[in-house]
Amino acid sequence: MYKDRQLIKEGFKSEIWEKDLVQSEEHKEYNTLNVGPTHPATHGVFQNIMLMDGEFIVETEQTIGYIHRAFEKIAEHRPFYQITPLTDRLNYCSAPLNNMGWHMTVEKLLGIEIPKRVDYLRVVVMELSRIADHLICNSVIGVDSGALTGFTYLFQDREFIYEIYEEICGSRLTTNMGRIGGFERNFSPKAWDKIRHLLKSLPAKLKEFERLLVRNRIFMDRTINVVPFSAERALAYGFTGPNLRACGVDYDVRVMNPYSSYEEFDFTIPIGQNGDTYDRFMVRQEEIWQSLHIIQQALDKLDVIEDKECYFAKDPRYILPPKEKVYNNMEALIWHFKIVMGETDIPAGEVYHCIEAANGELGFYLISDGGRTPSRLHFRRPCFIYYQSYPEMVKGCMLSDAIIGMSSMNVIAGELDA
Amino acid sequence: MFKINTNRDQLVVNKLRQHFGEAIENDEIMTDMLCITVSKQNIYDVLLFLHENDEMQFNFLTTLCGMHYPEKEELGVVYHLHNFIENHRIRIKTSTKISNPVLPTITTIWPAANWLERETYDFYGIQFQGHPNLKRILNMDEMTDFPLRKDFPLEDQTREDKDNTMFGRK
Repeated sequence: MYKDRQLIKEGFKSEIWEKDLVQSEEHKEYNTLNVGPTHPATHGVFQNIMLMDGEFIVETEQTIGYIHRAFEKIAEHRPFYQITPLTDRLNYCSAPLNNMGWHMTVEKLLGIEIPKRVDYLRVVVMELSRIADHLICNSVIGVDSGALTGFTYLFQDREFIYEIYEEICGSRLTTNMGRIGGFERNFSPKAWDKIRHLLKSLPAKLKEFERLLVRNRIFMDRTINVVPFSAERALAYGFTGPNLRACGVDYDVRVMNPYSSYEEFDFTIPIGQNGDTYDRFMVRQEEIWQSLHIIQQALDKLDVIEDKECYFAKDPRYILPPKEKVYNNMEALIWHFKIVMGETDIPAGEVYHCIEAANGELGFYLISDGGRTPSRLHFRRPCFIYYQSYPEMVKGCMLSDAIIGMSSMNVIAGELDA
Repeated sequence: MFKINTNRDQLVVNKLRQHFGEAIENDEIMTDMLCITVSKQNIYDVLLFLHENDEMQFNFLTTLCGMHYPEKEELGVVYHLHNFIENHRIRIKTSTKISNPVLPTITTIWPAANWLERETYDFYGIQFQGHPNLKRILNMDEMTDFPLRKDFPLEDQTREDKDNTMFGRK
């Protein structure tokens, strides 16, 4: 390519041009293109050094770790309580999902029995954050194919979900929601109003969004058969979540290894056929509908439960006492201090627990040696595992397809780099 | 809690003991998952057997992570495998002396192990023999330490004014 430009500079002559064209077929010249680490087209800090043949990608080398924060090392030095904020910062688009997964891991190690009401509250929160995550991912696929409108429409609803988080726990992006054993406080009436409002208002907007994109000719041309991946390769590469389901494998942790009473809910797992960008988009879209359906069921189940004040397990060992007691009662104050400072030992043991996070199977492998901190904590981060297939996925694709393919995989830098 | 499938657990343990005998050092149920300790020499063969055998069919590598046992002066690797057909999860452990931390790579069995092994090398310094591209992944290339080993301090190593026993694990 460079040679051509040189020729044009020297003065364009058609016979030289044609001669060179024939030559360049034999001795192809490749360009190196550096995409990232900060690039407006990649949503996050990713670097890809691509070997290009014109517009087509021959090879890709990824560099990751730009926002590595050594969570696994820090976790070995923090009491269990203080690890929850670390999990927030893994997949920051759906922080409550990570929080709940971590709490359930510790509860599994402790053997705490969780009341049904807490399970359902968790299901509500987890499905809300799944919706928020999928809304972002899908609207960004729209943006990368040139349709900004859908993004601005859906951002209002994502904002509304963040307002619900705010009602529940007081923060928005990195939530630190819930405690080991349940929630820090009961959901306020305003939170319930907002959840009910979302269930009413979101379907219409989602339908509008789908009318913009799903059968849109431009969008379909930009996404169908773009960056496809086969089910065999996806399984070999450890894909999970919507990306694996888009390839046609109906693996969902919520169904395979139910947690938090998911076995009582009635929902379907959407799957795709070709594993291309359009399928990944459609699977996520359908999952939003299913999540709304699950939240509705959870609300119905919560209505039946009589004890409306139950929001944590009946096990005071690891649960912060209520604030009124802390201020007025000596024992409660001591207990509060002990838990917060991490002076309550956790029994020795070894557990692996996983949840269906927005990107796939989010696993926590926790080893405790009976001390105040974990002896080892390993996060199975779905992004980290499936992003390594990216060079194989985009080989032979055009650059613009590779960009939209990356957004459709929903690679989150925080989760990738830990 | 994962559902404990006693029949499958027994089948896996029996098959492995029958094929590899002494190489299977230990098997136990840890909370809700079967956990098998395999000697370093046979780890590749055991994992290949678990992947290829018609009865085992552990087609999915869930995750892989490193370990450091300072009192035994050993480094370890823990593999989590998942059989999608029977929905059966197991955990395989192996360990190697810290003076000679070499283990075979399993990227030929599961390509997903590629980055996971690089991460393990990056943080524990375990050399995976036969790995296509074994270099640091999350830390910078110039780093010489292996930061997840227990003897690597969390805070700045040059700092002497802070007593770590006051701030979590020493």
